[in-house]
Amino acid sequence: MAGEKKKKERNTFINGTVWWKYVISFIAVIIYLLPIWVVFVVATKPLGDNSTRLMITSGLFFGNFEKALFRGNMLNAIKNSAIITLGVTVLEVVLSAFAAYPLSRNRSRLNKFVKAAILAVMMIPGLSIVVGVYMELVAFHMISTYWGIIIITAAFGLPMCIYLYSNFITTIPSSLDEAAAIDGAGAAQTFFRILLPQLKPVTVTVIIMRGIGAWNEYMYSLYILQKPAMWNVSVTIKSFFSENLSDWGAAAAAAFLAIVPVIVIYLFLQKYFIQGQLDSAVKG
Amino acid sequence: MKKRNRRMNLFYIPAVILLLMFIAYPFAQAIRVSFFNWNGYSQNMKFIGIDNYVKMMKDKRFWMAFRNTLVYGFGSTILQNVMGLSFALLVNSRFKGNNVVRTIVYMPIMISSLIMGFIMRFFFTFDNGVLNDIIGWFGKDPVDWLADGTRGVIIITLINSWHYMGSCMIIYLAGLQGIPSMYYEAAAIDGVSKWNSFRYITLPMLIPSIQTAVIVNLIGGLKVYEGVVALTNGGPVFRTHSIMSYVSNQYFDQERAGLAAAIGIFNFIFIMIVSTIGNNLFAKKEVEL
Repeated sequence: MAGEKKKKERNTFINGTVWWKYVISFIAVIIYLLPIWVVFVVATKPLGDNSTRLMITSGLFFGNFEKALFRGNMLNAIKNSAIITLGVTVLEVVLSAFAAYPLSRNRSRLNKFVKAAILAVMMIPGLSIVVGVYMELVAFHMISTYWGIIIITAAFGLPMCIYLYSNFITTIPSSLDEAAAIDGAGAAQTFFRILLPQLKPVTVTVIIMRGIGAWNEYMYSLYILQKPAMWNVSVTIKSFFSENLSDWGAAAAAAFLAIVPVIVIYLFLQKYFIQGQLDSAVKG
Repeated sequence: MKKRNRRMNLFYIPAVILLLMFIAYPFAQAIRVSFFNWNGYSQNMKFIGIDNYVKMMKDKRFWMAFRNTLVYGFGSTILQNVMGLSFALLVNSRFKGNNVVRTIVYMPIMISSLIMGFIMRFFFTFDNGVLNDIIGWFGKDPVDWLADGTRGVIIITLINSWHYMGSCMIIYLAGLQGIPSMYYEAAAIDGVSKWNSFRYITLPMLIPSIQTAVIVNLIGGLKVYEGVVALTNGGPVFRTHSIMSYVSNQYFDQERAGLAAAIGIFNFIFIMIVSTIGNNLFAKKEVEL
């Protein structure tokens, strides 16, 4: 009885002071949405309109979007980014699902070493080996090709995908595998018939996370995609912000066009993103 | 069974080949180049031993970039963890709209640091910048925010912390939801104060989450690149470079491939040391508790 009473008191205590939670939440939401709002406002202002970037002052002007899409190459950039994103995710899903199978099912000493070596790649900050990567791509004539950027992006993302897949496969009981083996199924057959159909959840996570990563890729794109016709979204936006710095409207429109698709996808598939965030938080 | 296992291992061959060709080999090349004097494209490569590393050690701009990287890394880690934990506690408590807060705070992570850096220019420019508009309401004169290197470093740190705070929040939120509610109930029955139940139940139970969040943020912060490039491009006069942006500046703009490779290798080793120390530190903490 006494405990019950205390609990009730505690609840009213919480309810009584709940207003500050709304105040903090309201401020946080404003601060987090403001940048997106400002980009939109700037994108709808004609050139030379120097009114405040916080408010739409003289109606919506959509000329900047037209400029960004057609004259500023954004349409082509979106196409390039889509191709690169597709290439990277397909390559990573296939290679990492394959690789994770022996690494999590056959834990020999050799495989433990292979797995540790693969995970160590995650520690390499992308640009620290840019000199070597760039030399190699020049030698292979892969500068300004889709394959060049796809392979490099995929290679840097692969360890994380292998990590996610092998963690997931470890949670699937191996009794079915063993039963299949006793019935005479080979390693390949076991993978394709037994394991593969169960990998859907982790595959969704990997596609979503790496899809966003590939869409946003910039570090290597800047150096690999040198021909303007090959520029992806990030490099194109960079050109807007460095060349015609006076044309803030067109630059904002380009940035807005790049972030809208990812935000829409995020709002619909939120829970997968959050799952991905949790699964990929590696300690070191 | 043995033969079956060997067949199974064939499945990782493609991934291993890809990594060997496009990570391990360039890595070895970068180490090799770091011992040469080379501009990045000519046939003329001269072996100079550890001269690039000596040059790096004597380079004031490199040390500036290193110091900035420490601020970016450790500064954002502290801010993100404190704010992330606070927001996780807020969102975890029951009130209407807590899911909306979670969704919106996590949303900027979808936007790349590059684009976010560009967007932030709308806030920090002298003419017409949003921040100058806001301080103008209070009768303050406009400020040229990014003209000063030290202030630039602080601004980049704040933006980075704000941008990725949501990832910390999610890690802590998962940790909080993993704490059995009976501990709190028992504490409430015993009349334990709110602060004490946070100090003696929540915090110790969150140690694994803290470890994950700190290490993930630290490694992320020490690799800061795009945010710097987009907002200040290292300026004014090399005052806001991170190590990563300095590497790309030395390689592609100054054409010092050897020096750039040396700095890159240095950064890799530095990140490895930091994350190893971090992991060991937390490993001890876990035993103590």
